[in-house]
Amino acid sequence: MIANGTEVIESTPFAVRDCALISLATGLKAQNLREFCDLLKRIPLESIEHHLWGRLLQPRFDEPEYNNDFASWAYHGLHDKVLAERLSMVLPTDFDDQEALRQELVEVLEERLDECEMVPWAKKEKQFHFLRSQIVIFDSGLRFSRPVDIVPYLPHLSTGSIYYHFIDARNRTAERWDDFSAWLAGFGPEYKLLRERLCGVDPYFASLQNLRQIVTELFQGFFEEAVQ
Amino acid sequence: MSSAEKNDSLLLDRYAEVTGREVIHHLQQLAEPLKGAKVVHVNSTREGGGVAEILQKLIPLKRALGIDASWEVISGGPAFYECTKGFHNGLQGMGRRVPKPLLDEYEKVNAVNAEELRATLEEADFVMIHDPQPAPLLSHCAKRRGRWLWRCHIDASHPYRPVWKYLRQWVTPYDASIFSLPEFAQPLPHPQYIVAPSIDPLSEKNRDLPLEELQAVHERFELDPELPMILQVSRYDRFKDPLGVVQACQLASKLTPLQLVLAGGGASDDPEGEAVLDEVRQAAAGNPRIKVLLLPADAHRTINALQRTADIVLQKSIREGFGLTVAEAMWKGKPVIGGDTGGIRLQVFDHYTGFLVRTPEGAALRIRYLLHRRELLREMGLRARRFVGENFLITRHLREYLTMMLGLQSGTMGRMELGL
Repeated sequence: MIANGTEVIESTPFAVRDCALISLATGLKAQNLREFCDLLKRIPLESIEHHLWGRLLQPRFDEPEYNNDFASWAYHGLHDKVLAERLSMVLPTDFDDQEALRQELVEVLEERLDECEMVPWAKKEKQFHFLRSQIVIFDSGLRFSRPVDIVPYLPHLSTGSIYYHFIDARNRTAERWDDFSAWLAGFGPEYKLLRERLCGVDPYFASLQNLRQIVTELFQGFFEEAVQ
Repeated sequence: MSSAEKNDSLLLDRYAEVTGREVIHHLQQLAEPLKGAKVVHVNSTREGGGVAEILQKLIPLKRALGIDASWEVISGGPAFYECTKGFHNGLQGMGRRVPKPLLDEYEKVNAVNAEELRATLEEADFVMIHDPQPAPLLSHCAKRRGRWLWRCHIDASHPYRPVWKYLRQWVTPYDASIFSLPEFAQPLPHPQYIVAPSIDPLSEKNRDLPLEELQAVHERFELDPELPMILQVSRYDRFKDPLGVVQACQLASKLTPLQLVLAGGGASDDPEGEAVLDEVRQAAAGNPRIKVLLLPADAHRTINALQRTADIVLQKSIREGFGLTVAEAMWKGKPVIGGDTGGIRLQVFDHYTGFLVRTPEGAALRIRYLLHRRELLREMGLRARRFVGENFLITRHLREYLTMMLGLQSGTMGRMELGL
């Protein structure tokens, strides 16, 4: 489409979706590293997803030392800093599917078990409880045709929408992009800089409220620069 | 718009002022498929204790979202409450068998209450039974058509086994159960949801108060406005360790001048409260800087003012299902020194929003530490308020209940897409 002599690339409107999550107990718990490793081999994949991603929608303190529940337990439950550091750098987006991710986690645990003289144990009250989640996704009804149109709405998106479009998308899509970046890619090179900035956000260390603020500021900053 | 609709809209507007409009909009969308659904909550007391407080606020909020929510209360005599107190203690690990005559009374009271409630319960789409008191009601509702959920508010992580074995028979037939923390869940043949309780930012207990009302608290309870004030708000219950609090403050005051206020009421379903109160009064006798207050169940504003007046809030429980008083204090920007147990761990992050302690000595140490580092005390308080605002307000609680109900209604576990 040519408008005023400039080529305008049209993309599918951005449909804002929202989601809500609730945790369920699996009844599986581990008190030492061997038990933990054995359970990790057989727990449902959605449980792994919950502990790596879904935790963001759960009550949590926004200054975490480690970026997933497994690493956090390795440190706070087993007091094994080496294992905690290794587990915190297993990035879900590096793997083609969840099963490959599980295998990598198990590899890290087995390697650590090989290194240990004795199996690390946690106290009774520090056992690891495997959870899974139920997630309900729904359409908010909001649609945006142009990236600039979404800017005023970003500060008011629910944390569920931020989770769905910024976190869940990386797990759900083949490209492992967040939905905002994927949408902007459809417009060609015009929004390349904004897309790169969004892709550069590490989503693991901020609460969803913080992420909403970061995304808002990136969009606002981009369009303010464009005006200047 | 009818006047009822106007009131609902006003109620949602008031919450939106605290939480942001997007939170309310999110709840409205989530509740849309549940509009008109009959949801009945049942517990054993209308006033006193955290469960009643949550229900007083949750029901109007559900109704404002178009859900036909109601609240029923079962009643019994002293033997019934003695029995259910035994269950409460047993679930929290206090090993004492409940005598057979009390169990018989428990079953009889439930059968009698079921006669009155049967019609309401059998036609409901969702029935939420709170704690063990009304658990056997399900067995009296053979023609039930909705989903029945057992909501356990108690720290049942290490129950006294004979008590749990007895209760399990009543809980097993439910469609799902809800626990406050993963650690509290017990092996049961149905889905077990994890939902933390919450506080209501608009309630008398949590809303902002004028300065004069805070100043009046000093006069009313003969407190010294120049002296740091330590506060614990809780029922007089051994699991809340009020004697440990007195000891902690006596230890801390050897080096740091302070005053302690213990403020509690009785719940109508707690027959042990008076004995514990007597012990606390004896421990505090002769020390004018320790005030032991027995407040009526509706003294919400007074408790609010006390929490806002305090420098540090304690919740030195030995066992705690959740500890709503922790979230209440944190919402008012107070760091909390809490027992390292149960739901307190979910709220107090050691060295960030307060301290977790295991002994009166530990509590004394942290009181002294905070009173000597006023800037840190203030920072911790600010972090605490933000943390509660993001995680423990009633809107989050309701969102999780709605999510759970949608899941149960559709029979889907895992990922569910509504109308996409």
